Amino acid sequence: MSTALPDHDQARRLLWQMVRIRRFEEKCVEMYSAQKIRGFMHLYIGEEAVATGIIEQLRPEDAIVATYREHGQALVRGMSAGSIMAEMYGKQEGCARGRGGSMHLFDAKTRFCGGNAIVGGGLPLAIGLALADKMQNRKAVTACFFGEGAVAEGEFHESMNLAALWKLPVLFVCENNLYAMGTALRYTESKTEIAKKGDAYNVANAVVDGMDVLAVSEAARKAIATTREGQPFLLECRTYRFRAHSMFDAELYRSKDEVAEWKKRDPITLFFDAMKAANVLSDADYAAVEAEVAKEVDDSVAFAEAGTWEPVEDLTRFVYSEVTPS
Amino acid sequence: MNATDPPKKMTYRDAVREGIRSAMQNDPRVFLMGEDVGHYGGCFAVSRGLLAEFGEDRIRDTPLAESAFVGAGIGAALGGMRPIVEIMTCNFSLLALDQIMNTAASLLHMSGGQFNVPIVIRMATGGGKQLGAQHSHSLEGWYAHIPGLKVLTPATLEDGYGMLASALADPDPVLIFENQTLYIMEGELPANAGPVDISSAKVRREGKDVSILTYGASLPKSLEAAAKLAEQGIHAEVVDLRVLRPLDDATIMSSVAKTHRVLIVDEGWRSGGISAEISARIQEQAFFELDRPVQRLCSAEVPIPYAKHLEQAALPQVESIIAAVQNLVRSHG
Repeated sequence: MSTALPDHDQARRLLWQMVRIRRFEEKCVEMYSAQKIRGFMHLYIGEEAVATGIIEQLRPEDAIVATYREHGQALVRGMSAGSIMAEMYGKQEGCARGRGGSMHLFDAKTRFCGGNAIVGGGLPLAIGLALADKMQNRKAVTACFFGEGAVAEGEFHESMNLAALWKLPVLFVCENNLYAMGTALRYTESKTEIAKKGDAYNVANAVVDGMDVLAVSEAARKAIATTREGQPFLLECRTYRFRAHSMFDAELYRSKDEVAEWKKRDPITLFFDAMKAANVLSDADYAAVEAEVAKEVDDSVAFAEAGTWEPVEDLTRFVYSEVTPS
Repeated sequence: MNATDPPKKMTYRDAVREGIRSAMQNDPRVFLMGEDVGHYGGCFAVSRGLLAEFGEDRIRDTPLAESAFVGAGIGAALGGMRPIVEIMTCNFSLLALDQIMNTAASLLHMSGGQFNVPIVIRMATGGGKQLGAQHSHSLEGWYAHIPGLKVLTPATLEDGYGMLASALADPDPVLIFENQTLYIMEGELPANAGPVDISSAKVRREGKDVSILTYGASLPKSLEAAAKLAEQGIHAEVVDLRVLRPLDDATIMSSVAKTHRVLIVDEGWRSGGISAEISARIQEQAFFELDRPVQRLCSAEVPIPYAKHLEQAALPQVESIIAAVQNLVRSHG
């Protein structure tokens, strides 16, 4: 664990956020198996420290652009578990009225701009959000989450160049979980040190242990300070997903031993054990967090179950805006 | 400009530039970005002089990175700006097709109505300047396939000037296709020119014998053809489609009901093109008004060639429009 210890309240909050993601997604698996949730679903289990460490450092005015593996970011950002679960059910009470699903969570109130299911597609969008903030003299930053697979896309390189050239407040967060779907990094990148790619574009960069929430928090704090002053930053978080790429993935590309080895560095256990050893958190704290989260997750399912179907007559709503200024 | 002033003589290029200038003067959220729009003055000289007037922040040169700068425009639109993104030719827009289709066109629906994207993307389209296949295609019909987009094809000075303001006022993504052969077209811009409607087609010449449905660079060609046909006693009605999405069915069907014969002139390709869509709609909505099957005059189904005689042969021309109309009318007996 990294150096500076959080106080009790901070530590409890970090634990709470990570446990929320974990338990919420475990429930998603259950609901998927029960065929309440359909389509593609990509789980974040194992990567909780990344979303938690970074988004906890953001301000309400900041924007977030994420990928199709965004349940964790959405939860930490403050979207209600119910609105997310209902979205995955396809109900109109869902955060995108059932039109998005697991891969397309959106929330205008918290500037959560998706949920982008095109690998690398969100990076240019983040550039533009940051440009708009800069041109309107707002101090906001845009955090852009993407996997290491996106680094092979042209958008990554085009966006790095533009962000540095135009001095845009974008925090690029590369969640390097080592596998682009089922293809290991060493088969897809000529240079596997991803953060260093920022050097080619004059983008400040750093690597952090993505299983250590305090390390991620500290790295994010520093990176965001740079970003808020009007310079982009590329933060590579080395992490690992404990589950398959999606619900359809037989995981033939990696060994059980490798997964087991990474699970020894479970970000939740790692953090709680360290906090307990330092007398910051207790077993009672952990139990209380689990109980709170269990209720939230159960409530989210109840909310989704009670949700209603958008009338089919409304199928073509939201293709174009309904209100056109005169 | 004052409404009592005389109309101003200028080119279509000047009219588009004046449209941009006026939009930028009227709304501080509007900015222009694209390849060569600033220091170079615009590949087609549309934005010449604007950098000096508005500065580098609002006339923003971009790297040759279509996906990133179009995506940045989409993000900027989400962030409260009103970006005009210029893509040098619509051929290059294919490098940004992911951003245009998967993001700009889809975001409002995918977010359940939360995130509209008020971006305007202008691009040059069309052949006729011997630029070879990769700078000469007409892809506006393709884009008209995509729900969530609006597709405009200004073919007059008034539309070149006025469609931009209307597009910027629209909360959704709007693509404007400016045919590159039209930039040198000279005409008069009325002193009171302003925003125009971007939902309807317009009858540019009245006629009773045949409807020529067209847009873009084929409009002046069709009007010239109609004038020559009139000398032969054939009175063609020329309808400027103006907006390829959403199509103005009412104006199209009303013209069909009047003339009962239709020629669609489209610089895009025939197979799967916008002409096919229009033809199908006429069949669906006005079949019993037709005296003859709908005819189409499109670009030859080749990548547009460089050599002048081949390029000209590939595109609809005044002569081929005249021949197609004569055939359509005479074969009726």
